[in-house]
Amino acid sequence: MALLEAKNITKQFGGLVAVNDVTLTIEPGSIISVIGPNGAGKTTFFNVLTGIYKPDRGKIIFDGHPLVNLRPDQITARGICRTFQNIRLFHNMTVLENVLVGMHSRIRAPFWSIILRTPGMKHEEREAIERARHLLAFVNLDNKRDELAKNLPYGDQRRLEIARALGANPKMILLDEPTAGMNPHETASATKIIQNLRDDLGVTVVLIEHDMRVVMSISERISVIDYGTKIAEGGPEEIRANPHVIEAYLGKGAAESSKSAAPSHPPDPPAEVGRPDPELRSQ
Amino acid sequence: MARTDTQPSNPEGFLNMLRAEAGRGMIPYLLVTAYALIVTTLLLIDPATSLRTDILFVLFLGVMLTLYKVPLAAGYKLVMAIALLGIAMPYFGTLNPFYMDVATQVGMFVVLALGLNIVVGMAGLLDLGYVAFYAVGAYLWAIFSTDQAANIIPRLADSFPLAPEWFFIFLFLGLIVGGFTGVLLGLPVLRLRGDYLAIVTLGFGEVIRVLATNLDRPVNITNGAQGIKSIGRPPLFFEPWVQALGVPLDRSQLYQLYFYFLVLVVVVVMIVVVYRLNNSRIGRAWASIREDETAAIAMGVPLVRMKLLAFAVGASFAGTMGVIFASKQLFINPPTFDLIRSINILAMVILGGMGSIPGAVLGATLVTLLNLQLLPRVARELSVLDVPSWLDPTQYQRMLFGMLLILMTVFRPEGLLPEDRRRQELHGQDESAMPDTLLESEQQQADVTEPDVDIQT
Repeated sequence: MALLEAKNITKQFGGLVAVNDVTLTIEPGSIISVIGPNGAGKTTFFNVLTGIYKPDRGKIIFDGHPLVNLRPDQITARGICRTFQNIRLFHNMTVLENVLVGMHSRIRAPFWSIILRTPGMKHEEREAIERARHLLAFVNLDNKRDELAKNLPYGDQRRLEIARALGANPKMILLDEPTAGMNPHETASATKIIQNLRDDLGVTVVLIEHDMRVVMSISERISVIDYGTKIAEGGPEEIRANPHVIEAYLGKGAAESSKSAAPSHPPDPPAEVGRPDPELRSQ
Repeated sequence: MARTDTQPSNPEGFLNMLRAEAGRGMIPYLLVTAYALIVTTLLLIDPATSLRTDILFVLFLGVMLTLYKVPLAAGYKLVMAIALLGIAMPYFGTLNPFYMDVATQVGMFVVLALGLNIVVGMAGLLDLGYVAFYAVGAYLWAIFSTDQAANIIPRLADSFPLAPEWFFIFLFLGLIVGGFTGVLLGLPVLRLRGDYLAIVTLGFGEVIRVLATNLDRPVNITNGAQGIKSIGRPPLFFEPWVQALGVPLDRSQLYQLYFYFLVLVVVVVMIVVVYRLNNSRIGRAWASIREDETAAIAMGVPLVRMKLLAFAVGASFAGTMGVIFASKQLFINPPTFDLIRSINILAMVILGGMGSIPGAVLGATLVTLLNLQLLPRVARELSVLDVPSWLDPTQYQRMLFGMLLILMTVFRPEGLLPEDRRRQELHGQDESAMPDTLLESEQQQADVTEPDVDIQT
């Protein structure tokens, strides 16, 4: 059974249809990528999945339960967690505390047990800290656990976001451009961590990413979204060869020339791609 | 958090470290003890109200700050605190009731500042109507400990005013009613942030005050603008014991001591409660809401519940203190709970350092001392000078206070005793006290220019 089924998701902002009738099925234990030019609606789709936006139409079934109409914190408790495209750490909290906040839905201590500091509460707190440190070790940050999140270098902040999201013990993690702004060295390290998320922790990974090397190297399936609509889905090789995808990224002319040339090795989409100029597109 | 000490590399270094340890070990204890003894003795030799006593009193309270700041054994700190606040201060208070009253009021404001600190400092919800909860607690006890309550429940008219023993039940009722009022305020403002929240809470504070002024018709609940007098005092259950011991104290002195210790106990309990909440999933959830609401909710923090909890806990502190305040003052009226009082409490929190528990205590102490004792003293001393009446310093007290606040926020915006996390932010790194924005932009620049060598997999 699929871990997540999003059916016919539509989200409008006024007249703008940000996500248009997108259907996506995710098998447990897979790594899938959602790609598309900037502004295609990928992040909006993530926001719908995590409950930050309510979809106008469509339904989401996660692990056998419908998700629409649940609050974001309830969805997190069900096992979907995420990172943010523009890093949203709790800047004035320590690295360890950031992960502990991520574990909020897994720490149960009620109000009175906290005020009375019962043995059960203390025990739970100790265990939580231990687990948080495991997660930090997983992303190679345990030695920086007492630093403030805002004082971490950029690459560390990205990895801390992953550790924080893992705090909720998710079945599925949504990573919104986890390697954006990283140098090749950092990107390689981050890619390894993403791979380990699935291989070591058994977490299903959904990735929004612009770096095609990352996307092509680790995803098992790729969905391409353009102007809010899913235009293609398939394995990396299929997507590489798909004329719709090439058109979305490089414009119509490029797609036609690649078709006529019928190359055995279709051109790699560039590593960092933006939406092409409108003029280029209309050619 | 474990602090890693540097390991000595050779035996000689180890000896030196031991010696340094011993030196560091003994001297602070001697110094602090001597400081405390000298100040206390001087204070007790001549307890009459004067400039000298004022200064000594501040120094006396400074011992507490020293105890907090200097790293000493916890047991020693505890013994000193009990000796100073539990014995020396009450004894001094029986010699000079004015300082006893100041100390009690300091304690009351400490609790209020601790409560507001939860809402504003920890959860980041700016509340400008905090005094409303104080009013609710105060009116609660005022109404039921006088025959005012008979107007509300005529059927039980004979049982009002309630017996003094009810006071302790009302301490808890104040907690509950205050918390409930906090939730009432919290519900409509859940979606609001920043400025909008501030305006709504400001309005709420005014609503409560205006209600207190106008709820004398059709049923006289609050006795309107005249206020309520002859509010009940707590029971002096220990009076026979004191007399049996032959302690020469009259009733007013006994009440003073009573309130002092009552407030002291509440202060200690509240500090423990806030500290524990702050170091739990609840405190972390509050901080995360303060930092980034969207990220907090995406991480599984139930925003609504946590915000309401912050409002409720903060308000319940004020509710309890309101009950004590009413029974201490014997008289309350609506102007007691005006906006300036809310702002005063907010100033305490900001002065001490938002979100910091020791900061709230220090801020409350300083502002209360300034208002009750130091600024009037400065004014009185200055009025000895032959200044024209339009320059009468007693009229400029509030201005001095305002100027102090401005200086504070300009030169030490993080507060006097900032929260651990913020202190770390300023001194944990090599950077000295630089404004946050500067630090951040530098950080970003550094990220852009130099490749990160931190990541080794």
